[in-house]
This record gives sequence, structure tokens and C-alpha cells, in this order.
Amino acid sequence: MKMKILVCISNVPDTTTKITFTDNNTQFNTNGVQFILNPYDEIALSRAIELTEGGNGSVTVINVGESNTEATIRKALAIGADDAIRINAQPHDAWFVAFQIAQYVKENPFDLILTGRESIDYNGSKVAGMLGELLDIPSVSIIKKLAVDGETATVEREIEGGKEILTIPLPFIAGTAEGVAEPKIPNMRGIMSARTKPLKVIEPVAVKTFSEVIGYETPAPRGQVKLVPADDVAGLVELLHTAARVI
Amino acid sequence: MSVLVYAENAGGKFKKSIFEAVSYARAIADQNSTSLTAVSIGDVKADELALLAKYGADKILNISNDKLKNFVNQAYASVIAEAAKNQGADIIVLSNSFSGRGLAPRLGVKMEAGVADGAVALPEQTNGKFTIKKTAFSGKAFALVELTSANKVIALLPNSFKVTEANKTAQIEDFNVETKASDFKAMLKEIVRSTDKVSLPDAEIVVSGGRGLKGPENWRMIEELAEILGAATACSKPVSDAGWRPHSEHVGQTGITVSPNLYIAIGISGAIQHLAGISSSKVIVVINKDAEAPFFKVADYGIIGDAFEIVPKLISAIKEYKASV
Ligand SMILES: Cc1cc2nc3c(=O)[nH]c(=O)nc-3n(C[C@H](O)[C@H](O)[C@H](O)COP(=O)(O)OP(=O)(O)OC[C@H]3O[C@@H](n4cnc5c(N)ncnc54)[C@H](O)[C@@H]3O)c2cc1C
Ligand SMILES: Nc1ncnc2c1ncn2[C@@H]1O[C@H](COP(=O)(O)O)[C@@H](O)[C@H]1O
Repeated sequence: MKMKILVCISNVPDTTTKITFTDNNTQFNTNGVQFILNPYDEIALSRAIELTEGGNGSVTVINVGESNTEATIRKALAIGADDAIRINAQPHDAWFVAFQIAQYVKENPFDLILTGRESIDYNGSKVAGMLGELLDIPSVSIIKKLAVDGETATVEREIEGGKEILTIPLPFIAGTAEGVAEPKIPNMRGIMSARTKPLKVIEPVAVKTFSEVIGYETPAPRGQVKLVPADDVAGLVELLHTAARVI
Repeated sequence: MSVLVYAENAGGKFKKSIFEAVSYARAIADQNSTSLTAVSIGDVKADELALLAKYGADKILNISNDKLKNFVNQAYASVIAEAAKNQGADIIVLSNSFSGRGLAPRLGVKMEAGVADGAVALPEQTNGKFTIKKTAFSGKAFALVELTSANKVIALLPNSFKVTEANKTAQIEDFNVETKASDFKAMLKEIVRSTDKVSLPDAEIVVSGGRGLKGPENWRMIEELAEILGAATACSKPVSDAGWRPHSEHVGQTGITVSPNLYIAIGISGAIQHLAGISSSKVIVVINKDAEAPFFKVADYGIIGDAFEIVPKLISAIKEYKASV
């Protein structure tokens, strides 16, 4: 079966970014921050490409974002997506993003929709489940393995202290984590062809939102490290018991 | 208005993170002078269900239906939404567990509710505003999220709220629901449990190893240290990438985020991506032979030395301490 796969991609601060805020801790300071394709979305995309290799289908990437996300979209095309959709709006929250994508999918159906397990900025793990509910199809939030056989997929879902193996008929939506695929790196040909692959920009639909980020806090700094001499390991145990009270 | 908490069970038992969620939901109910209903789905015995009252439930709804024996995201979301409607609940609390993270967004859509995932504190409720502090930027910061909808869904991060006894007495009511076939498309084939170990997301103590340990054959001492502490084992990304340890142990920005009471990092340099996953640990201990390792900058306690000497000594010292108490 030829599969049409949709991969939802987000544009997030590079993992090495030192996170700071401005305007009395109400705005994320994007000054000097490099934005990248969310690492989990890279896994989703890589698996989608593997599943459709050899003329076995196609991979579309979709992003809800303003024009500043185009470099990230081109990166996804360079890795191997066939075409891209950008819904031209600030991604207000997961609900807004899911609503916009669901709207698109209702008119343009896919056999499989993949997201990352979470975006590394807001860490919500929400878009997949919301999309599933909006489209009334199954969703699995965090998967470690994905195989497709005809109209049915087998996925491995992580649970505390183990895993579950599920079978799910297409179409459904899943959030991918490590293990699903090795992230693919764009090659020269991919980078060249990415420039000419179709990137369609569509306008968002109006929707009421239910949450607002109104500020940020940074974690309280830790005090100076207390070094224990290497020949006094028992001293560390004593401190963990009496001072830190954790053992 | 009232509060409803979903009490997820694992093999018929509630974990500590569920009692945290119940205690947290109790506190929200108290903030709003209202009642708390706990919902359990699946096979849980009455004495276990009664624990939900101990931590604050005024009422316990027990949904024990053959079709709902195993967790199915879509069906459980429908059932919880149904229970919320029946109880007139407008605030739904869950644990931010793997299953909770699947349920919260579906519930949010069903109930037209704003969703706060990864909540780390009680809501601030002033001037009609309802604001939740949640983790963001993979543990590098917190975001303050205002939920502006009438209904609200909150998924509490494990290990961020103290289990508190409220000693309520509650009736256990059997709650019957209609299920619809289209909610059961996903089918559970198998559950694989690694029962012999403490699960990493639940662990109060985590012993973690990095590339400094040189190879998988040297993990025996890490496991032994974890065993005597009742801890879970974890690792840095290159360690799981190399296949020395399973991916499920990889912590950090692209792995899992943990917030144990004690995190012991052995032979890990402390790269920013690693710290992102562990920075909300209450106490951090670092063992590294390089005094310049960045990890010491965020540690509470440290030993500069060779892991292959220090860890065996630490194991004996803890054994001695355990024998003395
Ligand atoms: C996009 C991206 C995402 C990433 N995500 C993550 C993530 O989620 N989690 C993560 O962990 N990393 C992540 N990384 C990798 C990260 O940048 C570091 O490379 C990694 O954390 C280093 O692992 P390490 O500390 O085990 O190894 P190293 O950096 O090699 O450090 C080994 C340490 O062991 C010490 N050592 C050596 N021998 C001994 C000894 N005998 N006794 C005691 N100490 C010893 C050394 O002094 C050194 O400090 C990511 C990187 C990128 C680019
Ligand atoms: N602005 C966006 N556009 C498209 N997909 C997104 C966007 N934000 C998040 N996603 C997808 O949803 C996943 C989970 O994001 P989150 O729910 O924010 O943690 C990400 O890994 C992406 O696959």
C-alpha cells in the first residue's frame, strides 16, 4: 500500500541555548538564539521517510508558524520530505496548533500522522492527543517503535517500568521518541532539491484559545558545591543522611 | 463546580505519583471550598480504592468494566469526561505519567478545557485568574500558564507535590458507562514489565552513569549502588546511543526528564542537554575525575576522583550505614 504520511514539525531553540527572559520575565529572549527542527520531530520524519522509501508513498511536513520557520521547514525537505505546508500563524499553544492542523487534515486526509513526543520548548506532549481527538482517530503519545503492515501498525508504547505493544488500524497519530528511527542527516542532493520542493503557505482559521503564557521563572540557583575528599566517601554518606536527608 | 482526579492504577495498585495527584487535587478542592471525586478504571480492590479517601477523595467512582480492563487512551478519555460531566466537575487532575500525557490532551479537547501539563505547583487563583506553573524548556525554566477556559485539565509532574493525608471517609460507588466501539481501535497485545527494577520516572533516587564508565561491562557497580539505595539506573545520551544501556534510561533534553530527591551522576561531564533533564532533582551528587567538569557547577555534593575507586567505596559505606540504622 502506498502511504501518505503527515509529519508535524516544530521550530525550537537549539539544545545548547541558555534560556533567558526579558520584559520582567514575560518574554522569552530570542536574541542570538538559533532555532532548529525539534529533535523528536526529526525522528518522526526519519521514520516516515523509511516507511515510504522506494516509491512506497509520500511524506508531507506541516508547521504552524510565521515565515521565520522556513529554514527549519527547508531542513525537513532536505532530510527527505516530499512537500511542506506552513500555516501562517504564531503557534499560540498546542490547542491552536492542533486545531489548525486538524482543519487541514479534514480536507486532505493522510494514512498516518506523526509528531514528536514533545517539543523541547514547552514539553507539552499535547499536539498528538489533541489532533487524535479532533479527528476522532486513535493517538498514542510516546512510542519507541513503529512498524506498518498493510492497513495495520504495531507500536511499542513506553510505560513506567516497562512497555506496551499495541496494534492500531490506520489512520492514527503517534508521537515518536528515541528508538523509532535513527535521525537522518541531509545529504548534498537533499539540500539542493529542498530549494525547489513545494512549500505551500496557507492562512489559519479563527479559533478561541484556552491558555496564555503570562510569565516565566528560572530555577533557583544551587549553592556552591560541597566537595568531599576522595578518601572520605563515608563523609558523603553522612552528609546525604544528616544534611541533605535523602537517604 | 468540583474537582475530579483520575487515579491510574498499575496492575491493581496505585503508585506514589497517584497519591501525589490525589493530595494535589484535594488541595485545589480546598482552595475552592469544593469536593473531590476520584475515578478509578479497571480492576482495583476495595482496600486499595479506600486509600484514595485517605489522601483526600470525598467520593470514589469505581469503573470496573471488562472492556476497560486495559488502558485504551481514547476510551479512557471518553469515560473520564463522562464521569466529570456526571459529577459537575470542572477541574480535572491527572498524573503526568505516560498514560496521563495521552489522556490530558484528549480530555482537553472533549471538555473545551485549557490543559496544563507538567504542573509543578498549586494554581495561583487571584482576581478570577487561574495560573499554573509548569516545566518548560526541558527543565531549564518554568512557564506560568493562565488557563482562561471554564473547564481545566491539569497533569501533575511526579515528585513535585507532597503526598498528604487528609483522612476522609468516602463511599465507593460503582459507576457504569456506555462505551462506544469506535473508541477501541487501538488494541493492547502485550504488556512487558521489567519488574525487577525501580522504574526511572517514578524513582526517588537515580544513579546515572556516563561515558566516563568506559563500557557496558562496568555497569555492574552502578546497578549494585542503585540496588542498595532502592534507586533506578539512568545514563547519558552517548551511553544509550552506543547501546551500552537501553534508550529508556537516557535522561536529558532529548531523553526523559526526572526530578528525584537524589541524583547521583557518575562519569558524566554535565553538558547543558544532560542537565536539562535532571536540573529539578532536589539533591545532586557528582563523581567525576575532572575537577573542571561542568557538572560540579550545578551539584550539591561532589567527589573529584576515579569512579572505579569511588563507587565501590561508596557501596561499602552505604552498606555500613544501612547496617547501622
Ligand atoms: C541535539 C542534542 C541533544 C542532546 N541531548 C542529550 C540528552 O538528552 N542527554 C544527554 O546526556 N546528552 C545529550 N546530548 C549530548 C551532550 O551534549 C553530551 O555530549 C553528553 O551528555 C556527554 O555525555 P557524557 O557526559 O556521558 O560523556 P563525556 O562528555 O565524554 O564525559 C565523560 C565524563 O566522564 C569523566 N570521566 C572519565 N573517566 C572517568 C573516571 N574513571 N572516573 C570518573 N569520571 C570519569 C570525564 O571527566 C568526563 O567529564 C545532546 C547533544 C545534542 C547535540
Ligand atoms: N507549531 C507547530 N507546528 C507543527 N507541529 C507542531 C508545532 N508545535 C508542536 N508540533 C508537533 O507536536 C509535537 C508535540 O508538541 P508539544 O505538544 O508542544 O509538546 C511536536 O513534536 C511536533 O511534532
